Amino acid sequence: MRRPPAVMVAVVVHRQHVPLKNKQKRDNQPMTQTIHMALAGNPNAGKTTLFNTLTGSRQHVGNYPGITVDYKEGFFTHKNQEINLTDLPGTYSLTAYSVEEVVTRDYLVNEKPQVVINIIDASNLERNLYLTTQFLELGCPLVIALNMIDVAKDRGIAINPEKLAVLLGVPVAPIIARSGKGTDILIDQAVGQSGQQWQPRDISYGEDLDAAIMDMIALITEEKFLTGIYPPRFTAIKYLEHDDQMLKKGQQENSLTADILEEKVTQVSDHLLKTMDAYPEAIIADHRYGFIKSILRQGVQTQNFDTDRLYTSDKIDKVLTNRLLGPVFMCLVLFGLYQLTFSWSEIPVSWLESFFGWLGSQAETLLPDGPVKSMLISGVIHGMGGVLGFVPLIMFMFLGIAILEDSGYLARVAFMMDRIFRIFGLHGSSVMPFIISGGIAGGCAVPGVMATRTLRSPKERLATILTVPFMNCGAKVPVIALLIGAFFSENKAMYMFLFTLISWVVALLAAKFLRLTVLKGPATPFVMELPPYRFPTLQGLAIHTWERTWQYIKKAGTVILGISILLWAMMSYPELSAARKADFEQQRQLISVAVSPAILAESSSKSDAVSEEALTLRQKISLINRQESEQALRHSLAGKVGLTLEPISTLAGFEWRTNIALVGGFAAKEVIISTLGTAYSMGDVKADASDSLGQRLTTDPNWNKVVAVSALIFIMFYAPCFVTVVCIAKEAGHWGWSLFSISFNTIFAFLLATAVYQIGIRIG
Amino acid sequence: MPEINLRQMKKDQSGTISAIKVGGELGLRMREMGLVAGTRITIQGRAPLNDPVALRVMGGILTLRNNEADHITVFVEDKV
Ligand SMILES: Nc1nc2c(ncn2[C@@H]2O[C@H](COP(=O)(O)OP(=O)(O)OP(=O)(O)O)[C@@H](O)[C@H]2O)c(=O)[nH]1
Ligand SMILES: [Mg+2]
Repeated sequence: MRRPPAVMVAVVVHRQHVPLKNKQKRDNQPMTQTIHMALAGNPNAGKTTLFNTLTGSRQHVGNYPGITVDYKEGFFTHKNQEINLTDLPGTYSLTAYSVEEVVTRDYLVNEKPQVVINIIDASNLERNLYLTTQFLELGCPLVIALNMIDVAKDRGIAINPEKLAVLLGVPVAPIIARSGKGTDILIDQAVGQSGQQWQPRDISYGEDLDAAIMDMIALITEEKFLTGIYPPRFTAIKYLEHDDQMLKKGQQENSLTADILEEKVTQVSDHLLKTMDAYPEAIIADHRYGFIKSILRQGVQTQNFDTDRLYTSDKIDKVLTNRLLGPVFMCLVLFGLYQLTFSWSEIPVSWLESFFGWLGSQAETLLPDGPVKSMLISGVIHGMGGVLGFVPLIMFMFLGIAILEDSGYLARVAFMMDRIFRIFGLHGSSVMPFIISGGIAGGCAVPGVMATRTLRSPKERLATILTVPFMNCGAKVPVIALLIGAFFSENKAMYMFLFTLISWVVALLAAKFLRLTVLKGPATPFVMELPPYRFPTLQGLAIHTWERTWQYIKKAGTVILGISILLWAMMSYPELSAARKADFEQQRQLISVAVSPAILAESSSKSDAVSEEALTLRQKISLINRQESEQALRHSLAGKVGLTLEPISTLAGFEWRTNIALVGGFAAKEVIISTLGTAYSMGDVKADASDSLGQRLTTDPNWNKVVAVSALIFIMFYAPCFVTVVCIAKEAGHWGWSLFSISFNTIFAFLLATAVYQIGIRIG
Repeated sequence: MPEINLRQMKKDQSGTISAIKVGGELGLRMREMGLVAGTRITIQGRAPLNDPVALRVMGGILTLRNNEADHITVFVEDKV
């Protein structure tokens, strides 16, 4: 039954063509072929849990083109039947306002899965059935997975699935997605329902609306208006619900008919407002709930305990969201997350560091000198090491977030912080991305940007994505520490804290600015659900953590590799002319012949304990080497870039060598220190051995306290590193936002740095 | 049963929604979460800064910002 991995890869590659492929399959091949099923339901109903239980590891994460919602496709075999299962984003209804809803509805009508498994939280049956009524109206072959019956039972809710099935006219299978109980029967039923004709069901919306709907259906059928995609009644209802996406599609399809329909809707709305003081959408919702209530009342659901009884989860909330204890506990949890991530990852990070160090030294000794060696060491090994070295840190961070998310605590953090973040045009759920990106100093904007996925309001989400890179991530911290150590050594801790504070203030104000300009608009209405506290499952945590970590490795690994090779090439080519090289070689020769052969031999030995003369010789030679590499750098493409930028950058106090480092920092902020090292003739400077670079800077005439502050400000706020930029493009769904982020941040940072420098030199 | 605005309800107070006067996306979001006339709600609590408010609705807990809650009127039950 195991399909070899290669087959799965083939499916991944052809993902974009799935619609075509599916149709062909259905038209040309008999039913014994793979059955396509889709999992849909409310957020937190257990879709992903059921998906994982059914498919195990045979799955992959995809991404809908152009938007950010992941979907997952997996395969499994049930009684010799190959089944392809898609996990859709959670939605509360099929009215297309948010990305999740658009994605889910488009998937259903475009891909036409052979059967939809509607997963329902049995402990919240009434609310969950609201979505079900819309599936019924759409008419897709449906099976109901009545999930979390264990939770319902604990809460004293008894449900009669047979009765529910009869009244809805749809098979119902009680399951526990976590343990897999009942899933066999569920899949039996799903296979049985698959491939059925789409059969829309009618729900009555009261006299006024039903009459209007009938009129609209007549027109829609006559004009064949969108009938290839939606059942006529579904279209009519969505028009009455003012469904944006439907209205747009209608205008594209046939604007004449669309206008008539819209006119009709306005008429009905006016009439209803006058006679009943209600919007049509509200009446539709009332009737849907009425339909649900009438079913539940016929003995489907019985409540054994008093409904006012506090559930365990509510009791926990009494403490954790308490006005006084809540914030205290939250600070402890966030601090704990930070501790967990940074202290536990220290050891594996150092292992990886020494591994890459070892790799570098192996290359150093084994490979012949030349451009290939130089590229492998400076480009490939250093570049990859810089990124892969972060993997353990990222993994612990994601594990921590997965725990907070899966347990339900993250929603409480959003609840408690919402009031503050709203002032800046953000949402309570923006807290996590900010903290992950370095809100407590040391983090990473890449997972930070990814963590914005928990935000469901698009404008707030975009504003968060664009401002989290302002936080002091783990790669900026060493640079900041270096400059503070060099120029403000008296008050290190205080300055470090000050700069963390500045990053928050700037990020929040920038968010406010964006929300008042490019991302203008009222706060997205967002009625958030606080899910009950649950113990996260190990499998769930492992899958969550690994999925996200792997995405980071893949993206960062490929992108960074390319960039660091490019950077290496820019700093190495064009090389100094042969004459200039020969000149330096001659200088070395001159010094070498001036001493006795014995001392020469001694100085070129590997030993540290050498005579005074040999030591002087070494120093002289290395001085020439440094001068040569500085000259080479000036001559290289990177040097030219640095020099070209100098006339502008001096406004903020930066000379050409600093420019190279800052440009390099765009690839990865870690690069700033090593590039500064090379540029200031220090040879290869590592982040941990940066004391001497600090000293070197304090004595350089081009550097002083004012320049240092200006540089600090610039480094904190200019363009995010390349990996973050790629991530922003992916998460925001458009490269335009990445370009915006690069230019906006750089200009903003430059203006700020210039202001600091110009004011600084004037007041001394 | 007196009819008051949801914003004025106190912690642990229960009531039945009498009307929700808002259309558009906010109206939709409320309705799909079960906030319709006739639904019984209980105030679960408020965030440390008094806003948003957490409600017990049907089988779950929802949070609403105060300015969103303003659109909802409730027949409150007398006992607290
Ligand atoms: N007790 C119990 N918990 C369950 C069951 N099924 C799922 N859960 C838990 O419910 C929580 C939510 O499950 P998910 O599978 O993440 O829900 P989802 O539908 O994928 O949610 P979204 O992706 O946010 O739409 C997890 O903590 C699960 O462990 C069940 O049958 N019983
Ligand atoms: Mg899920």
